Amino acid sequence: MAGSREVRNKIKSVKNTQKITRAMEMVAASKMRKAQERMKKARPYGEKIRNVAAHMSRANTEYRHPFLIERDTVKRIGIVVVTSDKGLCGGLNTNVLRMALGKMKAWEGEGEQIEVCCIGNKGLGFMNRLGANVASHVIGLGDSPDLEKLIGSVKVMLDGYTQDRFDRVYIFYTRFINTMKQEPVMEQLLPLSDERLRSGEGPKGQKGSWDYIYEPEAKPVIDDIMVRYVEALIYQALTENMASEQSARMVAMKAASDNAGSVIDELTLIYNKSRQAAITKELSEIVGGAAAV
Amino acid sequence: MSTVFHVDIVSAEESIYSGPAEFLVAPAEAGEVGIYPHHTPMLTRIKPGSVRIKAPLQEEELIYVSGGMLEIQPDVVTILADTAVRGANLDEAKATEAKKRAEEAMRDRTSSIDYARAQAELAESIAQLATIQKFRKRGH
Repeated sequence: MAGSREVRNKIKSVKNTQKITRAMEMVAASKMRKAQERMKKARPYGEKIRNVAAHMSRANTEYRHPFLIERDTVKRIGIVVVTSDKGLCGGLNTNVLRMALGKMKAWEGEGEQIEVCCIGNKGLGFMNRLGANVASHVIGLGDSPDLEKLIGSVKVMLDGYTQDRFDRVYIFYTRFINTMKQEPVMEQLLPLSDERLRSGEGPKGQKGSWDYIYEPEAKPVIDDIMVRYVEALIYQALTENMASEQSARMVAMKAASDNAGSVIDELTLIYNKSRQAAITKELSEIVGGAAAV
Repeated sequence: MSTVFHVDIVSAEESIYSGPAEFLVAPAEAGEVGIYPHHTPMLTRIKPGSVRIKAPLQEEELIYVSGGMLEIQPDVVTILADTAVRGANLDEAKATEAKKRAEEAMRDRTSSIDYARAQAELAESIAQLATIQKFRKRGH
């Protein structure tokens, strides 16, 4: 009966694994709800600041912020890669990193230099293994991301852009579509595309040239708005990524629990069959022995 | 002519206040500003302090903001509140810190790779030992 005992042990261990995956599924489901709420809460700020930035880019002509100016030659590229800190969330990180890797290879092929800012542990590990040039990173953001933790690393990238270390900055993250569907996306962060700003609604009933009064001066105010706008974009990407992470984890864990269930069914069948075979063998031995007497 | 305007106070993390107001006082950088409907479009930074909002038929409400931007349009006022305490020096310090962290990580990269390799080798040898032990048990 050595075989059947092994099967029994195996069943027990699969059951334990199933307990864990089921617990993780439930945790992910509750975290997902919170992450989605956070994502929704971050939206108004993003919309408002985009409107302001859009008005500004149309209104102020004497000072154009460097973030708005398209550069002719693109030699160096900065990328921000948003991933999760923890694994066990299906293909979420793999997909976004594969996309980033593909783009990086293409850019490198064109002789462009690349620097990376990693948000999230998984991306950092990947970029380090790849030997990429990591300019800054943020890890250990937890479930409720603080904008405060992002400021430093984002500033490294923004400064890199204003000081001509980069000609372009892209961001990679996973967009949340719904619980079952998330997709990796690449967006251009800098220079801010007109398209992005234009999608903001225009000033109500006012057309043509009008401008704000800037207090105390136009430049510092515009600088501040632009930095905050880019930060808001990154923060939004982060909240979307977190909602995606939790829902991807929930789906992955649900699949794992289901698989564990079917493995248990199969093993139980094998166990019962082997037990039945042993009993039949014993019976036939007894019958055979009795016949011999 | 309406006698109210719309006020939105939002931070990156949440929406703090949204509603109509007759009058609003905000701590702008150059000093407190009081805003009535049909104010000229204006854009300014605000200092940490409280924003006083008088909504129609209601008591005045005080909301604390830790700095940010104030945008005024004739019928809409938007306050983009900061969640973190900001300042050029503070931001700079954070950036230097982030840079240093990245450089350190770069320097430690070889050692961390070694560490990962050692860990993998260790796991392998443990597995080998376990298999050998199993074989022995079976043999005797």
